[in-house]
Amino acid sequence: MNTPISWLKAYVPELACTDKEYNDRMTMTGTKVDGVVRLDKNLEKIVVGRVLSIEKHPDADKLIVCQVDVGTETVQIVTGASNVFEGALVPVVLDGGRVAGGHDGGPLPENGIKIKSGKLRGVPSFGMMCSVEELGSDRNAYPEAPEEGIYIFPEALGPITEQETCQLAEAGKLDSEEARAMHPVKPGMDAVELLGLRDTVFEYEITSNRVDCYSLLGVAREAAVTFGASFVEPDVTPAEDETGDVNDYVSVEVKDPDLCSRYTARVCTDVKIGPSPYWMQRRLAASGIRPINNLVDITNYVMIEYGQPMHAFDLDTVAGHKIIVRRAQDGDMFQTLDGQMRRMDHDVLMICDAEKEIGIAGIMGGENSKITDDVKTVLFESATFNGPNIRKSAKRIGLRTDASGIFEKGLHPTNAEAAVNRACQLMRELGCGTPVKGMADACSPIPERTRIPFNAREINAFLGTHYAPEVMLDIFAKLEMDYDVDKEEVIVPYFRQDVKAMCDLAEEVARFTGYENIPMTLPGGSSVMGGLTYKMRIQDKAREAAMFNGFSEAMTYSFESPKVFDRLLFAEDAPERQAIRISNPLGEDFSMMRTTPLNGMLTSLGTNYSRRNKDARLFELANVYIPKALPLTELPDERSMFCLGMYGEGDFFTMKGVIEEFFEMVGMNEKMICDPKAGKPFLHPGRQALIQYKGETLGYFGEVHPDVAGSYGIGGRAYIAVIDLHSVIPHTSFDYHYTGIAKYPAVSRDISMLVPHEVTAGQIEAVIEQRGGKILESYHLFDIYEGKQVRAGYKSIAYNLTFRHREKTLEEAEITAAMKKILNGLENLGIELRS
Amino acid sequence: MFKEELEKIKKEAQQRLESSESLDMVNEIRVGVLGKKGSLKEILKGMKNVPAEERPQVGQMVNEVRQQIEEAIAKAQKSIERKVQEQRLASETIDVTLPSKRLPKGHSHPNVIALKELERIFVGMGYEVIEGPEVERDYYNFEALNIPADHPAKDEQDTFYINGDILLRTQTSSTQIHAMESGKIPIRMIAPGRVYRSDAVDATHSPTFHQVEGLVVDKGVTFADLKGTLDEFAKKLFGEETKTRFRPHHFPFTEPSAEMDVSCFKCGGKGCSFCKGEGWIEILGCGMVHPHVLEICGIDPNEYSGFAFGVGLERIALLNYEIDDMRLLYENDIRFLKQF
Repeated sequence: MNTPISWLKAYVPELACTDKEYNDRMTMTGTKVDGVVRLDKNLEKIVVGRVLSIEKHPDADKLIVCQVDVGTETVQIVTGASNVFEGALVPVVLDGGRVAGGHDGGPLPENGIKIKSGKLRGVPSFGMMCSVEELGSDRNAYPEAPEEGIYIFPEALGPITEQETCQLAEAGKLDSEEARAMHPVKPGMDAVELLGLRDTVFEYEITSNRVDCYSLLGVAREAAVTFGASFVEPDVTPAEDETGDVNDYVSVEVKDPDLCSRYTARVCTDVKIGPSPYWMQRRLAASGIRPINNLVDITNYVMIEYGQPMHAFDLDTVAGHKIIVRRAQDGDMFQTLDGQMRRMDHDVLMICDAEKEIGIAGIMGGENSKITDDVKTVLFESATFNGPNIRKSAKRIGLRTDASGIFEKGLHPTNAEAAVNRACQLMRELGCGTPVKGMADACSPIPERTRIPFNAREINAFLGTHYAPEVMLDIFAKLEMDYDVDKEEVIVPYFRQDVKAMCDLAEEVARFTGYENIPMTLPGGSSVMGGLTYKMRIQDKAREAAMFNGFSEAMTYSFESPKVFDRLLFAEDAPERQAIRISNPLGEDFSMMRTTPLNGMLTSLGTNYSRRNKDARLFELANVYIPKALPLTELPDERSMFCLGMYGEGDFFTMKGVIEEFFEMVGMNEKMICDPKAGKPFLHPGRQALIQYKGETLGYFGEVHPDVAGSYGIGGRAYIAVIDLHSVIPHTSFDYHYTGIAKYPAVSRDISMLVPHEVTAGQIEAVIEQRGGKILESYHLFDIYEGKQVRAGYKSIAYNLTFRHREKTLEEAEITAAMKKILNGLENLGIELRS
Repeated sequence: MFKEELEKIKKEAQQRLESSESLDMVNEIRVGVLGKKGSLKEILKGMKNVPAEERPQVGQMVNEVRQQIEEAIAKAQKSIERKVQEQRLASETIDVTLPSKRLPKGHSHPNVIALKELERIFVGMGYEVIEGPEVERDYYNFEALNIPADHPAKDEQDTFYINGDILLRTQTSSTQIHAMESGKIPIRMIAPGRVYRSDAVDATHSPTFHQVEGLVVDKGVTFADLKGTLDEFAKKLFGEETKTRFRPHHFPFTEPSAEMDVSCFKCGGKGCSFCKGEGWIEILGCGMVHPHVLEICGIDPNEYSGFAFGVGLERIALLNYEIDDMRLLYENDIRFLKQF
């Protein structure tokens, strides 16, 4: 909500503070100020001038030379504007002054534009006449301003406050020469002031619970309590001299009270459409609403004041002079007053007359009952609709309006009555129409005001404060909350629907004694052991292992396109394709919860490759979401995957090393087994492996299949590993056991062999381990060769074996025996020993 | 005559040693004088011509000469060795300003750095770190948090739904309910995690981001405790000189609620372009756990109270490391990651 401070001061006349103070203190009591705009920013030395004479410029067809009386002197001003005339009253920026913008109405420069005297085609000019655009405004705020050209003031402003208008109305002089001559405009006056620009507009961020603060009166109440000033509410009691009976004009029936708890209607006769007075136009314009005519302006004015959207019908178009509020029928078509045909359904509430639908409740009126300038009798609707229903209806119809935006917050039925009375009061004050006595009212029982037991000790205990009960009661009183001394209950006013329980009272106490005055303490009581979960410790170890090996941590989205499965060459029946779909995704690309971390990793590697980063090593601790069954009835299994990806330097065995190192870091000291028959379609068929540990598969890794790498824009070889941390965790341990450092010497033996091509190192090592016995301490492959010097179909492999006995020096015979067993085993694999 | 011979040998050896330049030369002298066929051995052959009574004296003389020569050799050796080492060291001088050699190391993600900071601070204050599901039931994400079926926050445009009952959590506040339902009191926990909102991707929005939820429930927990705890947190995260400001706000599941601002860490609160002249930077939302929420979780609000808070991890990371575009966090360009 944007409103000028001058309007707010109409209800808090004692308010006296700087813009900054207002901003800060309102923010600190909960009405957060989100924006502050001074309307006279960069407007300097701008006065009213009267054009005395106009002559043609001697050397330029499109320029004229004006003599302008600016009060203290007459100055010569050259202008290209064609709308000025002799006798016109115009805003003039004098030499050395400043305006906010250019005449084209483009973005305003931060420091405005300085105006200096100079020569225009050889003729001296001492200042500039201004358009509303140059004053930083536009024709929405000043509809009377010319489309292109200088703003022309009226000879007099007329009444400039509501009080003046009121007094004139009471004296029956609204439409008089006297009224029109009030506040004459004279040369030398402050043009900025006359244009209503000596003002500041505040924008507020209102929280969703404070429906009352979506109105100026609500904010004014907050301001009054914040600054300890009094709040002056408009008196909207209908005048005693009203005549007629509303029931002779209209009857109201609500058929669906669940969607409309109150519908009030009042009627004004003898309607005269015309411009609204100066003060109303200026207030609306400063609030960002274009003044249209008195009737439209009044409904907009009341909407800002009371936060109550109203609708005005031409009573002569309401068939049977009857209002019926009921649900639409499925499939009904209705033309709203913007000319659009819209499809209704059973849950949309309609305003109808005796024959037809004339408006969508709370959203928009109908084309068929649109008000024209010929309107004689106006029916004001001021109603309370079911907030959630309005919100849902507006969404389904695809028509969200200012009115629906307010209704959906849920208004109080009492507000409807106040607002419709205010509208009628303004109709009368502005001479726009004559209110008929009485109000048609279809109203469900209005809820009793909320009563909350008051216990100061409880509130202090909750806040950690020591305020006296009187301090609290004083705040409640200022907030228009009554106190039942006997029952010790606070009675909440109707407009504070958010205050329901002790904690809400505590908040009011905290807000108006100041959040800043609540002390700062630390919770006492029993202490709890802090710490990470075991899974988080393992994840941190994964991070350590990855980063130690040059991998940086990545983060990718958890949702992706279902097309990734085709891109990753998954079979039609691959279990990974059983993925959770989002019913309202941002788009297909974000529509499915990932079941593998592959796509995110490959996409990130592709991004790096396309940006010509030479090497990339990334890892992600990525959750995947595995449904137990589809469609989802139970929550899915969320599994943390340790995913590593790289291209550039390093190869398959680099990746293997990282995995081994991670396993070692989490106490997995058994040998990791690589099973080449991984069967992953997205990996190179000859360069992939399942990661097995103690007979369980914990993940896989390998070189990315060139087709897949290509489709992600990765040139060259890329490697990826995926480890399921949930499967890893049961094998991990942070228990360490010391075994004594060996005292006896080790003996080392080399074996050089000719190995059939298809036999793997893994097979050889399995034999060595099985047959080496207890005295085999370690082994390592130190040479592998396949090529010209080796028989076709064979490769040459050499291992170094280390033997040691823990308790004695080994004897030659023991080593020979162990070696023999190993060699026999190797021969069984078709391996020949090389001499 | 014998004596002169000995003196001659000694002198000659000493002279040669003094002028020798390598260990080989010294060794040559040693062999030439003291060796089996050395000049000293040769001279001893003439001992048989020495009268028997003079022999002990001559013997002693020979020994003395031998000893002196040996000492001279040792000295020469030492001096040559030193000289050689000096030459080697001189020749090994390097340019210490040449580039260093480093193992390529991986880098943390800025989100993770921020998360680890938060964890460190709160674990230090005795908080447990827990997790909750990202794919969550409506009840935990909304209903139990005082957000009834018709609340605008539930509007489809904000929340990703799987079906009518299951959704992608929009806030880590759902973990509060899990923690309180467990029935273990006192509670002191933080719960980091990924959350989802239906926002299109741009420099300041992402449909996925991370929050860290905090919850304390015990007997006698007050709003003052909330302020004190979060003030402590802000000082530990942004520096001891940091000031905090609590502004009234609204969340359905806390009452009273607040937003916490910290004094701008660029200008110290004077107002600058970083804090848009405000002097304050909004950091988190917080409040006293709404008694109704306690009740929903089976905790008696007359006996217990609590406070809760939620921090946007990306917000902390973007602010702290001055990252101007949220998309960078999910692109994983190594030139970005390398800076952390």
